[in-house]
Amino acid sequence: MSHNHALRIGPVSFRIRSDWAAPIDTLRRLYAGYPRPAGAFADATVRLEANRFWRRFIRPSVHIGGDWTIPDALPLPLAQGLLAAEMGMNLQVALGWRRHLLIHASAVERDGRAVMMIGASGSGKSTLAALLGEGDWRLLGDEFALLGLDDGMLAPFPRLVSLKNAAIAEVERRVPADRMGPLLKGTPKGDIRHLVPRADAVARMEEGARPALMLFPEFGATAGVRGVGAAEAFVRLTESSTNYVALGEPGFAAMMNLVRSVPAVAIGYGSSEEGMAAVEALWAELAP
Amino acid sequence: MSAMRTLVAALRDPASVATLDRDAWTALVSVARAEALLATLAHRVEGQPVPPEVEPTLAAARRDAAQAQVAALWEAEMARRALAPLGIEPILLKGTAYAAAGLPNAAGRQIGDLDILVPRDRLDSVEAALFEAGWEWVKDDPYDQSYYRRWMHELPPLIHKTRDRMIDVHHTILPLTARVRPDAAAMINDAHALPLPQSFVNLYEPEDYPEVPADPSVVPPVAGCRVLGRFDIVHHCVAHLMADGELDGGLRNLWDFHCLVREMERRTNGKYVKDLLGDTGRHGLHQPFARTARLAHHLFGPLMYVREPLTLADRLFLRRLLARDDWGKPTRPLTRLAFTIRGHWMRMPPLMLARHLWTKWRKR
Repeated sequence: MSHNHALRIGPVSFRIRSDWAAPIDTLRRLYAGYPRPAGAFADATVRLEANRFWRRFIRPSVHIGGDWTIPDALPLPLAQGLLAAEMGMNLQVALGWRRHLLIHASAVERDGRAVMMIGASGSGKSTLAALLGEGDWRLLGDEFALLGLDDGMLAPFPRLVSLKNAAIAEVERRVPADRMGPLLKGTPKGDIRHLVPRADAVARMEEGARPALMLFPEFGATAGVRGVGAAEAFVRLTESSTNYVALGEPGFAAMMNLVRSVPAVAIGYGSSEEGMAAVEALWAELAP
Repeated sequence: MSAMRTLVAALRDPASVATLDRDAWTALVSVARAEALLATLAHRVEGQPVPPEVEPTLAAARRDAAQAQVAALWEAEMARRALAPLGIEPILLKGTAYAAAGLPNAAGRQIGDLDILVPRDRLDSVEAALFEAGWEWVKDDPYDQSYYRRWMHELPPLIHKTRDRMIDVHHTILPLTARVRPDAAAMINDAHALPLPQSFVNLYEPEDYPEVPADPSVVPPVAGCRVLGRFDIVHHCVAHLMADGELDGGLRNLWDFHCLVREMERRTNGKYVKDLLGDTGRHGLHQPFARTARLAHHLFGPLMYVREPLTLADRLFLRRLLARDDWGKPTRPLTRLAFTIRGHWMRMPPLMLARHLWTKWRKR
């Protein structure tokens, strides 16, 4: 018996099949506001499966399969089935998507213009985007920025926001409980809880935004703002892209256009309030 | 119809996709991806009525494969430069060879590692030259090193330090221990320098073979490398598919075979196939060739001089080749296991196999 669900996030359509009901039930609840794939065609497939038949029942563990997989990836316990589904969906995009230049970044929009936040895990980019997305900004995505190869626009990819460890409490007290996923304790990345983006982020996910500012946040670094030159931005962005090499010349052209036309700054901050204030201040300076 | 059957039908007759609904397209794209045939399929069905939601996926696959080919040919050029001081022109194999030779199956053909063939007695200097040019071992394990050198047909895989691309250096066609031993020295001797001579390509006219859209004007300039001769390029494909075991990517390799033979058959009005059949005995590939031809004939369409019906064993091969469900998941574990065992069995004598598996098991 298998269970499945299909959904669309921005330009990407997924179908997800699971050997167990629970992960699909959770997905259905959290993605209830998302559309089904256009024309019922899904271009990415995720499979959550038991490596051995009896592993469906005895100490069930979820192996992440799909069009693209990581060999030797460790399975997750069934209680973390939602995380497995999310990781599976991310993997399909990271390894298979070629219709945009992918940048590992979060992004928010206001007045049609976007702030991209680029940084490694722990830099605070997801948390900042989630908090801004609860205020005067529209969340475009917390994981991937999808840059158009021809028009240089960011396509929204507002998947569930994955909040980790201390960020969970930070967000929990600002949003209603029905927009939060189950608390997943003791995952390979620590505690994780997913946030359903605000309704406007989902309703407007066809609506792209022009990049206006690139931010390299560093949570815990000395407070302050430092300009980042085009060369440094270029190198850091290529390191944050999973398909830059595969795209060849069009990827290079899109990347060059981005770093030449959009200002970039690094900010150090010690608390979410400080980070959000810094974004607002930079935005005010930038305003046309 | 299972998605794997749909894939075979679409490759055989692109017009067959006209009747597919969206669910069937979803499954088709997924299994084609799993078989490394998505871009091939995308080229094959270009111009057919494809739903608007599906088209961007196919277009992206075509673009991606084209870019991967550029990168693969560049990698061949890098190997050529590394080996030029030795006076060795690398013989390109598999995907890179098809692309360099402008053969019709190159359209959308996925190319992973660079495979080259060099004379066995020059192996030491080739290795040194590649190291000099920045390649290094993926895994420097003493047992693997001696195992590959003594028994296999290629060096352990090398990877380039800065470009992060793998190269497989073959010095013969099949493992030195295999039951079938094609004559590598003869193949090396008969290899063609690139760009190919007119005798290899002059019969190619796209107008009279509209089924396979490949543009001869884009035959890339890979001067200084070689490809196997017109028979040997098929022999290598057969050896790789049949005598090398697990049949992973088997459908893709069978499609290569079909396209190569069809193309040569067309260029020579069938004479080629007769000559090819005569040539298979020289390399001990008569049986593997016959089976490959029967399977290709059955799945992808008629080939000249293939009249025998499928044998019982052929049907097992079909079972294995099509062992995937509509979600792209490998199925038929017992059939797969049987082919894994067969692969090892063909690669080495039993006692040696036992020793090899024992060593590998202890090193887990």
